[in-house]
Amino acid sequence: MLCERCHKRPATVHYTEIVNNQKKELHLCEECAREMGVSFGFPPQFPFHSLLSGLFFPAGEEVEAEREVRCPRCGLTEREFAARGLLGCPQCYSALRPAVEQVLRRVHGVARHTGKAPRRQKEVVGKLTEIERLRRELAEAVRREEYERAAELRDRIRELEKNTGGKAENGSKGNSD
Amino acid sequence: MGLRETLTNPRSRWMDGDGPEADVVVSSRVRLARNLKDFLFPHRLKPTQKEEVLHAVWVAASRPEVASRVGKLELVRLVDLTPVERQILVEKHLVSPDFIKGDLTGRGLLLREDEVVSVMINEEDHLRIQCLLPGLELEAAWKLADQVDDALELTLDYAYHQNYGYLTACPTNVGTGLRVSSMLHLPGLVLVGAIDEMITNLSKLGLAVRGLYGEGTRAAGDLFQISNQITLGRGEEEIVRHLYGIIRKLIAQERESRETLYRQREQLEDRVFRAYGILRYARAITSQEAMRLLSDLRLGVALGIIKGVPLGLVTELMVLIQPALVIKTVGKNLSPGERDVVRARLIRERLENIKGVK
Ligand SMILES: [Zn+2]
Ligand SMILES: [Zn+2]
Repeated sequence: MLCERCHKRPATVHYTEIVNNQKKELHLCEECAREMGVSFGFPPQFPFHSLLSGLFFPAGEEVEAEREVRCPRCGLTEREFAARGLLGCPQCYSALRPAVEQVLRRVHGVARHTGKAPRRQKEVVGKLTEIERLRRELAEAVRREEYERAAELRDRIRELEKNTGGKAENGSKGNSD
Repeated sequence: MGLRETLTNPRSRWMDGDGPEADVVVSSRVRLARNLKDFLFPHRLKPTQKEEVLHAVWVAASRPEVASRVGKLELVRLVDLTPVERQILVEKHLVSPDFIKGDLTGRGLLLREDEVVSVMINEEDHLRIQCLLPGLELEAAWKLADQVDDALELTLDYAYHQNYGYLTACPTNVGTGLRVSSMLHLPGLVLVGAIDEMITNLSKLGLAVRGLYGEGTRAAGDLFQISNQITLGRGEEEIVRHLYGIIRKLIAQERESRETLYRQREQLEDRVFRAYGILRYARAITSQEAMRLLSDLRLGVALGIIKGVPLGLVTELMVLIQPALVIKTVGKNLSPGERDVVRARLIRERLENIKGVK
């Protein structure tokens, strides 16, 4: 068997990898295997294109450039995402959300993280929840016309908002960018 | 050891033969993908911005708090290395093959002296935190990676989303950003012909398997790498435990196959000692042949058929005979034929030094 890449030397490296039930075989000569960096140390990357095929662009459908969804921060379009499998920036996750969620469901089965969170960010999230709770209390105090209590709550909220960099407006949605 | 040592000594901590279940499991790796929230992902950055990311990560990593928690990390920029030196980092499994391709501006590697902890900067993500240990040590590798992550996060602002977790350039890594893997030596399953079935079963469990093998060939030392594919929707501990459980089962299957082979003891002994004999005395050897023979030798050492050869040395030889390390060792560019001669010499010298092999 000849090397699949250079078609000159005999293939001596037979490389098989199975990811997501898809088998990929490569038969290479030693030189080409080295040049292609077939290495053992690192787990294989997902075969992204096969995951995306037909996912958000049904065959033959043309999207006018100006109507295309685009990330406001980095300018990446859905089409570029589909072509390369890479997002451009953290905000792409919100900007291209429908496409991203489709991919997440197909790859991971779900679209919700249940693991670890950055410690400092967890503090911020904690404070935001506290702000929400105080806001509800404040509304209740105003409804009952307990103005002294309401003023106290308002001061407390302002203080917390200062510490979280005014992010309280987003509720507890966290930081997507 | 230090960086100079890393680039000249083929040995690395993960090659030690003293890890748990070392007869079957060569090494365990944990990788965490992280990005900085204030920058676009590396493939969208201009060279100067990549330099900024590198600088920001270096500032965070060189703080005394990081050194006291996880040990001192040294920084090396890829542009400061020769091509052969960069290839050595790949052969020692410290950086990915993609990391040394294309524009190298802003790419760097943080490395702890023992090479157990490393961080690739500006690969596909801003940070790829990696912990690499010998034997079956997934839990320990995860705990260490977790600590490195926490230590860097003291001052770095990560891109994180409540629903999607740690945000990564490729959505296949999002969530935990965690990829756990082990490298397994499975000559038993290969020799009894059970490997194809095993691989098919594993891939049904949502795991990725990589092996250098093919019909009738045992090209690359019967080494297989198994890793998780799902990174989102499961906790880190759960991902680690799941893979650990499966690897335990594989170890049992491999040992069973070895027992089957051991029933034809003379044949197996002959195979192992022939391998030792060729490796010990050959004057020219290709890396393919050397890998096949080293696999036989490793099996013999693991089964106690051949005594006196340390398991770690066999693993080290499997790395040492890779092309760039061979070139580095003799200090000039070689033709493949010359490489085979040098390779045979390197192996001979190592095996000569150990006494009392029987
Ligand atoms: Zn070739
Ligand atoms: Zn974007």
